[in-house]
Amino acid sequence: MEYKTPLVEIKNLYKSYRRGSQIIPVLENITFDIEDGEFLALMGPSGSGKSTLLNLIAGIDTFDSGTIKVGGVDIAALFETELARWRSTNVGFIFQFYNLIPVLTAFGNVELPLLLTRLSRKERREHVETALRIVKLADRMSHYPGQLSGGQQQRVAIARAVVADPTIIVADEPTGDLDRISAKEVLELMGRLNVEFGKTIIMVTHDPHAAEKARTIKHLEKGILNAHNQTRL
Amino acid sequence: MHIIKLVFKNTFRHKLRTSLTILGVVIVILAFGLLRTVVSAWYAGVESSSASRLVTRNSISLVFPLPISYKNKIRQIHGVKFVSYGNWFGGNYIDEKNFFANFAVEPASYLELYPEYILPSNQKDAFLRDRKAAIAGQKLATKYGWRIGDAITLKGTIFPGNWEFVLRGIYRGKDKGTDETQFFFHWNYLNETLKKTMPLRADQPGFYLVGVSNTNLAEEVAVALDKTFKNSLAETLTETEKAFQLSFVSMSEAIVVAIQLVSFVVIIVIMAVLANTMAMTARERIGEYAVLKTLGFGGWYIAALIFGESLFIAMIGCIIGIAFTFPIAKVFGDTMGTYFPVFNVTMKTIYLDAGVSLFVGAVAAVIPTWRAIKIRIADGLRRIG
Repeated sequence: MEYKTPLVEIKNLYKSYRRGSQIIPVLENITFDIEDGEFLALMGPSGSGKSTLLNLIAGIDTFDSGTIKVGGVDIAALFETELARWRSTNVGFIFQFYNLIPVLTAFGNVELPLLLTRLSRKERREHVETALRIVKLADRMSHYPGQLSGGQQQRVAIARAVVADPTIIVADEPTGDLDRISAKEVLELMGRLNVEFGKTIIMVTHDPHAAEKARTIKHLEKGILNAHNQTRL
Repeated sequence: MHIIKLVFKNTFRHKLRTSLTILGVVIVILAFGLLRTVVSAWYAGVESSSASRLVTRNSISLVFPLPISYKNKIRQIHGVKFVSYGNWFGGNYIDEKNFFANFAVEPASYLELYPEYILPSNQKDAFLRDRKAAIAGQKLATKYGWRIGDAITLKGTIFPGNWEFVLRGIYRGKDKGTDETQFFFHWNYLNETLKKTMPLRADQPGFYLVGVSNTNLAEEVAVALDKTFKNSLAETLTETEKAFQLSFVSMSEAIVVAIQLVSFVVIIVIMAVLANTMAMTARERIGEYAVLKTLGFGGWYIAALIFGESLFIAMIGCIIGIAFTFPIAKVFGDTMGTYFPVFNVTMKTIYLDAGVSLFVGAVAAVIPTWRAIKIRIADGLRRIG
């Protein structure tokens, strides 16, 4: 039997916030692995710590104790500049409110992560066009975010997340600001990225319909991972 | 290239706010440029003075004259090449409002000492020939519409009476720094008239102008000259033309200091305005900066965006401000011509404008950049939505 090393290894993770003299635990003793090619949904009520956990895996927040290894890299051991470089090559981000730069076109927004690479202008163009074709927005590349619908903006954000071919894609409530039809399109697109392109996706949601698209669902409650994990085949 | 495009687009996201800030910078650069030009105009006489010219006056005060007999004694001092002399006449043209600098001078030696006053040879000859002749600077002649051959009457204040002259020449300055608002006439005309009307005041120039053969000898000549007249009834004080001009400027130094102070206060004001604009801008875009940091862009990129925008706003304002400074300085100079005979916007002022704009742009961006860089990504992302 072949032993497969997990892509993400989380062990005894503890994170707290300080409010005055009070220390409020946000995540307690979180331990789990995420396999390469997984589509994981993190669910839980507001304040359960799911977005915080996602931020920690993506290397945009710090924790008090424990370890997170992504692709064998202990991200807590990286300096800020190393962590920024690591994020640019390993993590693609999809946010609830798309977070596109309003003064850049769809093309400009998708191109952003590639500006940190050594790709030539021509190569960048090719990558951006491919990413926008995948999200079916090749004909909107010169449009500004304000000229696109919410669903289209989120698809541009997805193109931006995949354009640098990251190891994992993290999505924080990607359908939270979308109508039902747009949400369905976005989820189908994420499903395609997982199945056709083999991308590992970690998605935070409190929408059960969105979570159904995932292959694994984990529940967080008051910072503690619920023992009964739903895993679907 | 990409970052320049982004800076440019960011700058004009809030057109009204950016336009008002640029307008503020324009006004400040304009005010700063004009105030610096006023200060330069104040020192114009000092700047245009020659190192090879000395001014000798009565050591008690400029008000007291010196005997005409000193002329030959001065000429005998080693290192002296030219000697001229004259009196501040202080006459008014038509009425007191029409005030300009007018001197009675020994014309031939004076023109030799001041080669920066360029006079056509025929006009020079005509001026030297006629004892009632006068010459005026181009700006002065233009202001009053004088033409060669015009009869001009000045009302004497120090030397009472109506003094009639015939304009025989109009001189031009060698460069922009030369005063073209002065009026010169024959000292002999003044002296001969005084001999008849006020004989006690005759044969007494107010000052001597001494040209030295070598600028290195200037100090030596000044000392020798004053030594020559030591213990006489009219002891002399000789100094370089620059020192002489500076002594005039120092009388009004408090005003110059006040002007300089105001010029720096306006810079502080615009620095606060621009810093406020940049602080608002950075606060509004904190989420975007967090996104950029999330994507892997470092603090330098965020800093370049904020500094770039601040410097861009400051430099647009600077360029427009400088462009406006020239015509406004021209109008100001024409209006205040009597007080500021040389009112030119110098290259030094332009460099100062540019330097001040760069400084203001950079300083205004420091705190917003610091905040944008220091904020944690997770906190920045929370500001969105």
